[in-house]
Amino acid sequence: MFDTPNREASVSQTDIKINARDVQVFYGDNHAIKDVSVDIEDKTVTAFIGPSGCGKSTFLRCLNRMNDTIDICRVEGTILLDGEDIYDKSVDPVQLRAKVGMVFQKPNPFPKSIYDNIAYGPRIHGLARNKAELDEIVEKSLRRGALWDEVKDRLHAPGTGLSGGQQQRLCIARAIATEPEVLLMDEPCSALDPIATAQVEELIDELKQNFSVVIVTHSMQQAARVSQKTAFFHLGNLVEYGETGQIFTKPNDPRTESYITGRIG
Amino acid sequence: MTDATLNSGGESPKNRSLHTLDVRTKRRNRAESRFKAYGIAAILVGIFFLVVLAVSIIRSGAPAFSRTVVDIEFTLTQAQLDEAESQLFKTKAYQTMFIAALKEKLDARGLDVAFDDAAIERLLGKIGGDLRSFYAANPDQVGQAVSFQLPASSRVDGYFKGRVSRDTLQDSRFLMKTDLDLVDALHDAGIVRTAFNSTFITGADSGVDNPGGAGLGASVVGSFFMMLVVLVLSLPIGVAASIYLEEFAPKNRFTDLIEVNISNLAAVPSIVFGILGLAVFIQFMHLPQSAPLVGGLVLTLMTLPTIIISTRASLKSVPPSIRDAALGVGASKMQAVFHHVLPLAMPGILTGTIIGLAQALGETAPLLLIGMVGFVARGYPETVMAGFTEPNSAMPAQIYTWAARADASFYEKAWGGIIILLAFLLAMNIIAIILRRRFERRW
Repeated sequence: MFDTPNREASVSQTDIKINARDVQVFYGDNHAIKDVSVDIEDKTVTAFIGPSGCGKSTFLRCLNRMNDTIDICRVEGTILLDGEDIYDKSVDPVQLRAKVGMVFQKPNPFPKSIYDNIAYGPRIHGLARNKAELDEIVEKSLRRGALWDEVKDRLHAPGTGLSGGQQQRLCIARAIATEPEVLLMDEPCSALDPIATAQVEELIDELKQNFSVVIVTHSMQQAARVSQKTAFFHLGNLVEYGETGQIFTKPNDPRTESYITGRIG
Repeated sequence: MTDATLNSGGESPKNRSLHTLDVRTKRRNRAESRFKAYGIAAILVGIFFLVVLAVSIIRSGAPAFSRTVVDIEFTLTQAQLDEAESQLFKTKAYQTMFIAALKEKLDARGLDVAFDDAAIERLLGKIGGDLRSFYAANPDQVGQAVSFQLPASSRVDGYFKGRVSRDTLQDSRFLMKTDLDLVDALHDAGIVRTAFNSTFITGADSGVDNPGGAGLGASVVGSFFMMLVVLVLSLPIGVAASIYLEEFAPKNRFTDLIEVNISNLAAVPSIVFGILGLAVFIQFMHLPQSAPLVGGLVLTLMTLPTIIISTRASLKSVPPSIRDAALGVGASKMQAVFHHVLPLAMPGILTGTIIGLAQALGETAPLLLIGMVGFVARGYPETVMAGFTEPNSAMPAQIYTWAARADASFYEKAWGGIIILLAFLLAMNIIAIILRRRFERRW
């Protein structure tokens, strides 16, 4: 899409992958997200940081309507994916989630084989016409998930038998097997040791060539390492959003500064 | 029990050797060993009662599986048949011929016991009728030597099983003291012996005057048909209801109300379901009385809450992260449930179902109300095997009927029936365990 120079003009427009305007989220009477407006760029890693309970995970789950599964949760405002309102009545959240994949805090592989874990998404979306194509998708996804070399000899071993870091990479591979456009990651490294974390971070860095990645993290170092854009949330408000380097070196808002220097949070 | 009080008494913990226990630690350790002792005592009491129960059931029930039979070869010639059929008291004629043959047998073995026709009648019951119906059904056997195994009367059976003894026996029209001499002589001659009672396992219930012919077979078939109805109805309905309630239904006051009512239904006494079944299925819908179909319907109502509760519990125990994972890759709610949640909940669902079925199998009270008790099998086994709408009984109801009868040998049958019932329950529990293991292995 972006290979011809004469379409340069349209690039800057499609650069914005997700456009959120005045998003409000309520859990019952609790106003969890207040007036959040943010533009998430394509082929970029965007980090959401902030203290616990500030609403960053809640906002992330709005982006693929995972909050729909919570009965008392109510979302207001508009969130556009490629210019289309994802909360429109005609949108089936199932189709949306095929475009906006998600990786969760705790590695949650299905209690099935490694192969079936990856193949599940392509199967239900009909992405492969035959076994050979499916095999190809599985291999490609595992390679992109930086897991292929470790598991290629035991694709039919249970996915739950892998180590924590491998499981999380399996979940990432599973999420990208359906060819999503956006990948949401909710604290993907919080249950991993430093080595596994480094592997996942490296993976995230590679993924941004193909996807728009949004990552929620508690670790400011991680946000600084992997992201190009950072959003700082505090008490349900988006306090500051900008280039990662700028947020961490000269934040505009005193609250951001207090947080990144460890005074609040 | 846990002495979570403040540091009362004892020296300060700092300047104390690790090798001496302070007062509080000693007290805590004593409390702990006391608690362990209570637990072990409780388990021992439980095991003791279980052993007592098992021993008493087996001791009282085992005799039901054997019976005293009179083993005799008897030949009826065509001439004898014609002669008997020409008389006014036909069965009496058969009996006379049989007794004559028996006498001959005893004489041939050199046994010298005096007995009369009445004694034989007390020993074997009305043998003439049995013989006549046998030859009417098998005319080709006339003129040939047929070896009969005739069940001895209840009292004689009791004599060999220790229920009746010479000392306590009072002469009556059922059994005389002198009959016991005859029985002993026949026993020594090998004519009277104890044999395996296959009728008890395969037969149907008999009249009150014929404990020897009573069997549990028909009720086993009845119970089987009922369990089939219960399984076919309650498993899909129960699982579908729980999946909807647990995974799809909105959480509001209405679903809360349903949930509370399901829990309440599980605690409703079974006799209430029985009377409901009588009113709805028999009096309103005019389904046949005493039929396994109706019994199965009533037991389904009773089993549903159990299945729903256990299914919901096992669905609830599936970690939500699995649902998130499925939804996260774009599965629909239904795909998430059927591809991932249900297989993980399967062991729990199956266990709950089999426990519910086992409960239903042992249920008596509702069956009493819909008439699945005290029936006489006509044309057994064909009618009983024929299916769901023919009158039948069920194992627990049959046991109840036997236990209520006066004759001591029915009492013995009741215990024997309990052994068979327990064997079925045990088998079902083993199946539950095996199924759970199997499905759990599929991680």
